[in-house]
Amino acid sequence: MSTSERTHLPAQAGARTSTVVRLSGVTKEYAGGVRALDGVDLTVGAGELLGIVGPSGSGKSTLLHIVGTLDRPSAGTVEIAGHDVAALPDRRLSALRSRHIGFVFQAFHLVPGVGALENVAEGLLYSGLPRARRRALAADALARVGLADRMKHRPHELSGGQKQRVAIARAVVGEPDLLLADEPTGALDSASGEAVMDLLHALNEQGATIAVITHDTEIADRLPRQVRIRDGRIVADTTRGKAAA
Amino acid sequence: MTHSRGVRRARRARIGLKAARLGPRDVLHVGSAGLRSRPARVVLSALGIAIGIATMIAVVGISASSQAQLMRQLDALGTNMLVAKPGEAMFSGEEIKLPKDAVGMVGRIDGVEEVGATADLDRSVRRSEKIPEGETGGIAVKAATERLLAVLRGGTAAGTWLNAANGRYPAVVLGHVAAERLGITEPGRQVWIDDRYFTVVGILDPLPLAPEIERAALVGWEGAQRLLGFDGHPTAVYERSTDASVPSVQRLLAPTIDPENPRNVSVGDPSAALQAKAATEGAFSTLLLGLGGIALLVGGVGVANTMIISVLERRHEIGLRRSLGATRGQIRIQFVTESLMLSGLGGLAGVALGGAATGVYAHTGGLPWVVPPWAVGGGFGATLVIGTVAGLYPAVRASRLSPTLALQTA
Ligand SMILES: Nc1ncnc2c1ncn2[C@@H]1O[C@H](COP(=O)(O)OP(=O)(O)OP(=O)(O)O)[C@@H](O)[C@H]1O
Ligand SMILES: [Mg+2]
Repeated sequence: MSTSERTHLPAQAGARTSTVVRLSGVTKEYAGGVRALDGVDLTVGAGELLGIVGPSGSGKSTLLHIVGTLDRPSAGTVEIAGHDVAALPDRRLSALRSRHIGFVFQAFHLVPGVGALENVAEGLLYSGLPRARRRALAADALARVGLADRMKHRPHELSGGQKQRVAIARAVVGEPDLLLADEPTGALDSASGEAVMDLLHALNEQGATIAVITHDTEIADRLPRQVRIRDGRIVADTTRGKAAA
Repeated sequence: MTHSRGVRRARRARIGLKAARLGPRDVLHVGSAGLRSRPARVVLSALGIAIGIATMIAVVGISASSQAQLMRQLDALGTNMLVAKPGEAMFSGEEIKLPKDAVGMVGRIDGVEEVGATADLDRSVRRSEKIPEGETGGIAVKAATERLLAVLRGGTAAGTWLNAANGRYPAVVLGHVAAERLGITEPGRQVWIDDRYFTVVGILDPLPLAPEIERAALVGWEGAQRLLGFDGHPTAVYERSTDASVPSVQRLLAPTIDPENPRNVSVGDPSAALQAKAATEGAFSTLLLGLGGIALLVGGVGVANTMIISVLERRHEIGLRRSLGATRGQIRIQFVTESLMLSGLGGLAGVALGGAATGVYAHTGGLPWVVPPWAVGGGFGATLVIGTVAGLYPAVRASRLSPTLALQTA
């Protein structure tokens, strides 16, 4: 399998119509009675790029964690890439994350002291691929985020925007069905933030399904679909061109 | 080519969701990541274990070295020498004597290769006539046969041994302790015995099998008879036989020397004392071993403590790894590996340190350097057990951390 075979091809995007995420009646209650999510129904199809917006404390991160299988709902069903999450034990859930889901966090979470290439290769550590293959794919992913010339730079030798692009490369190196980003531009200045968003748009055009949490209305307005949350409920779900709420 | 992704997806669905295993190299990689980023902490927390293992290795190594030295000495001295002496008198006042020709009789026993004898002379030796007679310095005056030194496998540190020529004259050979006590370091000096001066013709090397000779001034058999009124009855007959015939010689010695009354002869094996000493040298100090064990235990607690702190500090890393697809088991393995490496490093350093300490001790004491492999293996094995035990609880805690909590920014 050559690397070119693994890259997303724009032609495929339209051809895929399968559902990547299906939430129904998802409720999350934290200890102490905080209801972070309250009966959320959400379906995300393959190849979509959606923004999750809403005020602070409205439940955006909670939703992302549940979609990403890092957390389980108190009620409702979660289906990711055709798997019913509630039925999966930890080992299989971990395998689901490793094969189907990529995460990007506001606070990059890069491993300090090791180069960009190794940070990206870490994204495949739990995939079962041999080391040499992981490094080759990591180099490929770094090139895709425009950092082919920064392979050996360690996190402290990179700008904030570059660090986030390394983190994105780490999230997409395994070609996940779903890329989840929680405020990926939150720690960046507007120029770097724009570069990161451009990258997400480009990855989406190559076929990746992406969900982004953002506070920035300007960024949100550029996204094809916006899901608005308030007090744990979806209050609006708009797709550009045809308003749904 | 364009549908290869679809093919792969189909295969994924078929094989289902099965977590991949980490290879040994990857386990080492994730296990050592935390150590590489904090070398100073690694050194400090491995130190306790290193000290514990070093103590234990040194205790075992030093006693093994001393034992090896004794065994080596025993090898050189041989365990095939026996000594016959007059037995205990049944009635006090009765003096038991060995026959004058005891040496000749023993020499005819099958297997006996060398025979020598000494006789205690009730005389004192002094540096000069001016020193009062009572001050003997614990030095005995003995008559000795020419073959005695050969039986003892001894040698002279200076000068010569008694021979046919000097043995008839007022000549004396000093054991090394006797020479030391008399303050004599080389032959040519004179010492006062009975009522005349004797010339020191030789000084002996140490004789571990015959400490009584080390503390004696030895006069030739004939000279003693001529000059000191010696009656010719030996008080100790030393014989050296082939190794195989030691038991039979031991049985025959007394009946040969005194056929009518064998109980008047007592037979001893001087190497038995050395053998017993070698055996006790092998039993190392339990107190020191116990101290090493305590250091090891404290070291293990230190490692556990470091691991708990490490898990707390690296919540984000744990959350990240979980989001990348690490299973709980893989997180556990990571931290147990880290703990094992930490204590293993301590163990390696301890083995090296203990080995070096033993080496220094052996070198300064002129002993062979012996560090028993079982001690090294046991010590290192103990560190691995400690590493596993110390790492297990922190590792379980790490694996139970909620990935979302672990990733929270503040
Ligand atoms: N571990 C937790 N335990 C208890 N309550 C929690 C926990 N995590 C989140 N919450 C609560 O759940 C609600 C939703 O939190 P969440 O982090 O999803 O908000 P958010 O939309 O991401 O906010 P922000 O934009 O500030 O990141 C909040 O009221 C929060 O206090
Ligand atoms: Mg949030």
